[in-house]
Amino acid sequence: MSIALHLNNLDVSYGAIQALRGVDVTVNQGEIVTLIGANGAGKSTLLRAASGMVRARSGRVEFLGEDISRLSIASIVSRGLIHCPEGRRIFANMTVKENLELGAYLRTDKQGISDDYERALTYFPRLRERLAQSAGTLSGGEQQMLAIGRSLMSRPKLLMLDEPSLGLAPILVQEIFRIIVTINAESGTSILLVEQNANQALAVANRAYVLETGTITLSGNAADLKSNPEVQKAYLGHG
Amino acid sequence: MTKPINYVIALAILGVLATLSVILPIYMDDLVYRVLMLSGIAVIMAVSLNLINGFTGQFSIGHAGFQAVGAYVGAALTVYGHNDIFGHLPKDGQIGTGWMSLAVGAGPMLASMLAGGLAAALIGYIVGLPSLRLRGDYLAIVTLGFGEIIRVIVENNDSVGGPRGFSGNLDIGVSVPAITNFFWVFGVAIVVILFARNLRFSISGLQYLAVREDEVAAQAVGIDTTRTKVNAFVIGSFFAGVGGSLFAHYEQTILISSFNFVRSFDFVTIVVLGGLGSVTGSIISALVLTALPEILRSSLGAQFNQYRLVSYALLLIVMMLVRPQGIFGRGELSFAKLRNKFKKPATQ
Repeated sequence: MSIALHLNNLDVSYGAIQALRGVDVTVNQGEIVTLIGANGAGKSTLLRAASGMVRARSGRVEFLGEDISRLSIASIVSRGLIHCPEGRRIFANMTVKENLELGAYLRTDKQGISDDYERALTYFPRLRERLAQSAGTLSGGEQQMLAIGRSLMSRPKLLMLDEPSLGLAPILVQEIFRIIVTINAESGTSILLVEQNANQALAVANRAYVLETGTITLSGNAADLKSNPEVQKAYLGHG
Repeated sequence: MTKPINYVIALAILGVLATLSVILPIYMDDLVYRVLMLSGIAVIMAVSLNLINGFTGQFSIGHAGFQAVGAYVGAALTVYGHNDIFGHLPKDGQIGTGWMSLAVGAGPMLASMLAGGLAAALIGYIVGLPSLRLRGDYLAIVTLGFGEIIRVIVENNDSVGGPRGFSGNLDIGVSVPAITNFFWVFGVAIVVILFARNLRFSISGLQYLAVREDEVAAQAVGIDTTRTKVNAFVIGSFFAGVGGSLFAHYEQTILISSFNFVRSFDFVTIVVLGGLGSVTGSIISALVLTALPEILRSSLGAQFNQYRLVSYALLLIVMMLVRPQGIFGRGELSFAKLRNKFKKPATQ
């Protein structure tokens, strides 16, 4: 299996505060990898460093074998490494349709765009009913669907999802996770999933990393981690 | 897009503008004509500021500074370029009215607007690039400081009159020519409005709104947010410079102290009042806020002027309480919408 994303010995600081130290993370093609950890452990920073929104102080970010550490965010997006940021961050005063169209901002292949548009609406049929509605009037779950749908419009080779289940009702959390698995299975899109809901995340992922105060403390098969007593105690509410 | 019918419409509009430009100064009351011209220039300034403050969500409070750049560069070109390029203009700058004046003034006006606009755009780029890389209120601080820099530069530059104002050069005996007319003011206004409207409703125009809505999300879909902001700022500055050149060649005397913070704030008031992001709102608001003081002045007398800013402040406070999104919010006035509004009661 070939490597999609490789974070190599990554150090990231915000001013004097070091957020990530010597982080090594690999996502293989076609895999779902989840990153679990407490608040402030550096999970979002890791995604931001991969997508170029913050710059690493040292270390490398490699995507499909290419060093992308110095590339602009736009050229990273155009290579297919798509970051769906935390907190939905939809364009509230635009329509649902405009939000989706902006996902394809860098693309010029009209046929491909309209195929992906149909595909996104197939995954999220509720968005189809609300195409002309302004996105700010959607419910929380629908906004999250829109955010993922917008990311799909960028045709990701690797999709990085930051807390997609945040603030959603349990039944919606189930649905979002189900769709993430479907996306991965149907299109082979690799997924790097950051979640507080470790239970669900470990259930859908192939492999997992545990991040604690900026360092990776554990990694391995998702199933193994799920039965690891330390993980159970710290993140799964057992014990 | 370029159907022949569009050329016909464009030609017809140009014809109407030119005709009005000849007729209006003769038949219209001088004061009314003056208010009309100043309103037209205010529309150009407001819609161009709306590109920056409304569409892209930045906060520039130095629009009068860019107008000053356009005014001084444009006027300096027609005055100092008189001997070499614009010798066909009378030295006292009075080209009169009528069809001939349109033809005589066209070349210098176009050159002056272009020079003023490009100068303002260049300075907009220099000022905007560093400050727009940052988020938040840096642009406001920088544009505020920029206005002061322009004032100091002009006040210490005797070739454009320094603090006395610029109306020409006595040594060569050339005045700032009166080449601004209805045709140019409203022609440019239409261009700015169409430009803003196309920006608002095109897919690539969505990027400006996206930056205003959420910069992180805009980056996540691959929009270069700094470039988008700089683009809007440079385009807005360009049209402010064009508006400055039109203003200079209408007034024929420009005083640097009048392009101050208060005037910048007048433009901000117009844009906020009309609705940040609404082109229609900026147009209506510019027309009303330019005409209203003149009407009040002529009905209440000159002492109204001292209450003008008080009334603006009150107007803004009331506006923020009653309708914080501005008169038009982010919406536009369109005939389709109006039709729907009139239809609705009938169907009920």
